[in-house]
Amino acid sequence: MTATTATAPDREQPAEEPRGPQDPFDHDVLPTPPGATGALLRSLLAPMKARVALTVLLLLLQQAAVQSGPLLVAYAIDAAVPAFRRDDMGPLLAVAIGYLVCALASGALQYAFILASARVNQDVLLDLRGRIFRHAQALSVDFHERYTSGRLISRSTTDVESLRELLDEGLQELVTVVLSFVYIAALLLWLDLGLGAVAVASFVPLYLLVRLYRRRAGRVYTLRSTAIAAVIVKFVETMNGIRPVRAFRREAANDAGFRVLNSRHERTNGDALLEMARYVVGSRLVANTAVAAIVLWGAYRVAGGTLALGVLAAAVLYLRRLYDPIDRLGMFLNSYQSAAASLEKIAGLLAQTPSVPEPARPRRLPEREGEHPGREVVFDGVRFAYRTGGEVLPRFDLTLPAGQTVAVVGSTGAGKSTLAKLLARFYDPTDGRVLLDGADLRELAVPELRRGVVMVTQEAFLFSGTVADNIALGRPDATRTEVESAAKAIGAHDFISALPDGYDTDVRKRGGRISAGQRQLVAFARALLADPAVLILDEATSSLDIPGERAVQRAMSTVLHGRTAVVIAHRLSTVEIADRVLVMEHGRIVEDGPPAELVAGTGRFADLHRAWRDSLA
Amino acid sequence: MVTTHATPEDSPDRSAVRTLLRLWPYVRPVRARMVCAAAVAVVASCLALVIPLVLKWMVDGPVADRDPAGVWLGALYLLLLGIVEALLFGLRRWLVARPLAGVEASMRAALYARLQRLPVAFHDRWASGQLLSRATTDLMLLRMFLAFPLTFLLVNSVTILVGVIIMLIQDWTLGLVILVPAVPVIVTCVIFERRYASVARRAQDQVGDLTTVVEESVLGIRVIKGFGRHRSQARAFRELSRTLRGTELRKARLLAAIWGVIVTLPELAIGAALVLGTVRVADGELSAGTLVAFLSTALALRWPVDSIGFLLAMSQEAATATERYFEVMDAAPESDGHQPARADGEERADGGDGGHLGLRFHDVAFRYPDAPGDSAPLLERVDLHIRPGESMALVGATGSGKTTLTALVPRLHEVTSGRITLDGRDIAAMPREELRTLVAVAFEEPTLFSAGVADNVLMGAAEGAGEADLERALGVAQAAFVHDLPEGAATQVGEQGLSLSGGQRQRLALARAVVGRPRFLVLDDPLSALDVHTEAAVEAALRDVLAETTALIVAHRPSTVLLADRVALLSGGRITAVGTHRELLRTSTEYAHLMAGTEEAHR
Repeated sequence: MTATTATAPDREQPAEEPRGPQDPFDHDVLPTPPGATGALLRSLLAPMKARVALTVLLLLLQQAAVQSGPLLVAYAIDAAVPAFRRDDMGPLLAVAIGYLVCALASGALQYAFILASARVNQDVLLDLRGRIFRHAQALSVDFHERYTSGRLISRSTTDVESLRELLDEGLQELVTVVLSFVYIAALLLWLDLGLGAVAVASFVPLYLLVRLYRRRAGRVYTLRSTAIAAVIVKFVETMNGIRPVRAFRREAANDAGFRVLNSRHERTNGDALLEMARYVVGSRLVANTAVAAIVLWGAYRVAGGTLALGVLAAAVLYLRRLYDPIDRLGMFLNSYQSAAASLEKIAGLLAQTPSVPEPARPRRLPEREGEHPGREVVFDGVRFAYRTGGEVLPRFDLTLPAGQTVAVVGSTGAGKSTLAKLLARFYDPTDGRVLLDGADLRELAVPELRRGVVMVTQEAFLFSGTVADNIALGRPDATRTEVESAAKAIGAHDFISALPDGYDTDVRKRGGRISAGQRQLVAFARALLADPAVLILDEATSSLDIPGERAVQRAMSTVLHGRTAVVIAHRLSTVEIADRVLVMEHGRIVEDGPPAELVAGTGRFADLHRAWRDSLA
Repeated sequence: MVTTHATPEDSPDRSAVRTLLRLWPYVRPVRARMVCAAAVAVVASCLALVIPLVLKWMVDGPVADRDPAGVWLGALYLLLLGIVEALLFGLRRWLVARPLAGVEASMRAALYARLQRLPVAFHDRWASGQLLSRATTDLMLLRMFLAFPLTFLLVNSVTILVGVIIMLIQDWTLGLVILVPAVPVIVTCVIFERRYASVARRAQDQVGDLTTVVEESVLGIRVIKGFGRHRSQARAFRELSRTLRGTELRKARLLAAIWGVIVTLPELAIGAALVLGTVRVADGELSAGTLVAFLSTALALRWPVDSIGFLLAMSQEAATATERYFEVMDAAPESDGHQPARADGEERADGGDGGHLGLRFHDVAFRYPDAPGDSAPLLERVDLHIRPGESMALVGATGSGKTTLTALVPRLHEVTSGRITLDGRDIAAMPREELRTLVAVAFEEPTLFSAGVADNVLMGAAEGAGEADLERALGVAQAAFVHDLPEGAATQVGEQGLSLSGGQRQRLALARAVVGRPRFLVLDDPLSALDVHTEAAVEAALRDVLAETTALIVAHRPSTVLLADRVALLSGGRITAVGTHRELLRTSTEYAHLMAGTEEAHR
């Protein structure tokens, strides 16, 4: 396993852990500790115990009000009719008032219940969405590199959505169904033990039916969700790669590939619907047979004079209601199946512990000494290996004095980016410490850490919002003047001013097209504004043209003068401004010295430099 | 005007019915089954209404007469009715199960096919998440709409109508009492429908905004981590999700209100009918059986009445989903390229002096179709001739439009005016299929698809390209690392497979561009992610390829420029200078500035 990527290492993500067929990340099944799903659900509901109780109480009362209708019918036929004939208006009045109260109460309680349960549901969802979001943000970069963005997005969208469906519709259905079963069974038993017993006996085949359905539907649902996931992946991949799709005429081939996946989903989808159809037939048959049996026996007894007519009428009315919700029980099972699967995936995500945790008791950076705004960086006995064992950086010591500009060069897979990520604390070292002015990075709170170290990477991501917002991300309290002067210092002011709304152009709206090189300039302005003590540039100038690169270098020697800087680049032009060059190979620093000295020597850097000079000829 | 997440057209006459009617072409193929299913459902529902009549017959007949045989007969009728009802319900679902899954699938396939053929400019505007939600949740909503609300709005209306008629026939005073709440319930539903529609759309759009924040916070995680901004990101997320919660609660309040009304009013009417009925039974004007039958009919109508609220809500959401679906389907696809060739293009093809051969830009201008109308074109009066077999480097400042210019050749974007010709043929007159066979492209952002390495590379070649072509292309791109992958060239890559580094991806994208030995080659900064040694090796191998093809190469670096025979300088939207590297260094200060590295290196 380890050998797979180790034999074919390359530059950008050397710290990417090797992935093999057994890697849980490949199959979108993170290990979920046993019981974690239940624990998650409990912890979501725990803070609102009282409100959940209130909601259930409202539903209890509502069902009581709704289910009392047939009782009043029985009373009206058996008591109020004879009483009325005796000119006793009392029972009739009682029926009238009773029905009025029940009608008003069931409406009002229904209203109150829907509101109360919506509040609970929305608060649970708010909590869960927030947890997933915060947790995903807290997880370290190496996790994000392995858990693809698509999965993380579907965790916080479609998976949360399926829980919403369960809460909004399913749970209410379930409680209603269970409550009405209990109520009606109890009422029937109370009205007449025999009739009630028949009704209760019919629960047995119903239960077996539900169990059978659950098992069969569960299988179909798993197949269906796998099928739709494949459809989604194909869809997203096509849309994100639309340019090569067009340029290489993949449309017809893609249509064919998509048709296969889509029809697999169509088939399982149809299977799921047919499974539901079978369940409906079965449950209806049981229910209607039970109704016929109860009516037969009841009518027989009424005819025989051992049962009051009103009781039979009430029993029949209740029976209709008893079996009405069994279709809905099927729907509940549907939403339960998909929500359970989603919740398990979410629980698996939340069970991941950040490999780069925030300190429990953060300390502050010491006050800066001397006139240098930069700080000293020390790698003290640092070693870095994958969790699976492959060693990327063997143990090494390195000191970067405050204010020094250090270039790191070396071929693909040499460990340059890993070194940078350790310094930026995207990863923590396996052994040893990374110190900033003597303070271990692991002991610094995030705001303190980012005043100390900022890293600009090759992929210059822009967030929705204006260009100014994107630059101000480096320091949210910056004024517009400060934002503009950062852009000017980096040579980005001209193109920004030329955009339709200048700094206020929305980067996602019309006219906001920004080229790869321009994005890197914006990313740089962001870093300038952040004004860190240590700046790391990891291939941050790869898409810039030479004037752009010069502007960056100028900014580093003026605005950022005195900062400690670590520059990773394969363009050796960037190296020219460095005070010191580190050459890395196979995770080790093999050369270390001022550029002029290394060029004059016979080492690898001299080689590289010669090759680069030749490429310019 | 469609923006990223399309805002609802809040025209007051926006009619849910009219929107939903647009689904007809997709439903048409299964209309027979749908109609049958609806008819079956109507029959089944009405059967349920017959059951109380049997009860009445039993109560007033055999039960009152103490006739056991009659009781048996009645129960048998009930059982038969019950069995038929159950089978009919099953039949209804069986009739539509496969067809509706088919409708959903065909709508999805149509959406996918359309999206693949919409202009690239369309994709620039739409986040893929927005498109995805249309292909998944919106289509599922539509399938559910066709399965339930559509049928049951009809079925329930018929059931209610039949039930009311039955009740009126049995006893018209009681029937009228039951009918009293109809008017207020209908009025409430109408008011509800209108309000719910706007809140529902708002909620759907807010979910879209929330998804955008999630998507960006995942894609931009390195920036967020790098600047320690995860708290402010979380704050933004919290605010949005709170807003969404507010909207959802507003939705819930509307739903709660309609439920309250729909539950209370009919229940009051039933209560009134019960009291009135009791009095009349006591007076002997009404049989007990009739009252029982009447009330159980009324109660049997409860579900059809209660369900109207959520059926309407589902229909509203389905209407919104339909709107969202057609926002994409209504976008015009790329025109199909069979525009009549302009006469001069064809004439020149016969010229014979060779001036028409190669890749030629004639007075080309380009402005993004969604750019404000008054803005200056991005490219203007571009004239450039790349001779057959020649390679031309394209150099220009950051953001000068180099990538855009290269996108015009395979017609990823259409020229606003002017023409581009390949060997004298206007590309606008060529079928796209043919054009894109002639032109191969390597993009700045190398995208690999979920497939084997070999599949990814060979998609640049004609059918039937084999091992030898693959090896040659991998050799050119210095992609020997492929052989060290776990399964060699068969190793799965892309989102679903092994993730490769940027440099590796870039080399595979380059191999894909050269594998088909295209007549015309467009390379957009093809070597930016390679280290110096690899870059030198790729350049050496590329020279041979370039010798036999006509190429346009976007370049930032002197080393890349030197791959080309000549250089064109793009500045201010025009080609301002063409010549060899050395000529331009001498004659163009701008070029010298862009290539400043050279100057200094030679100092």
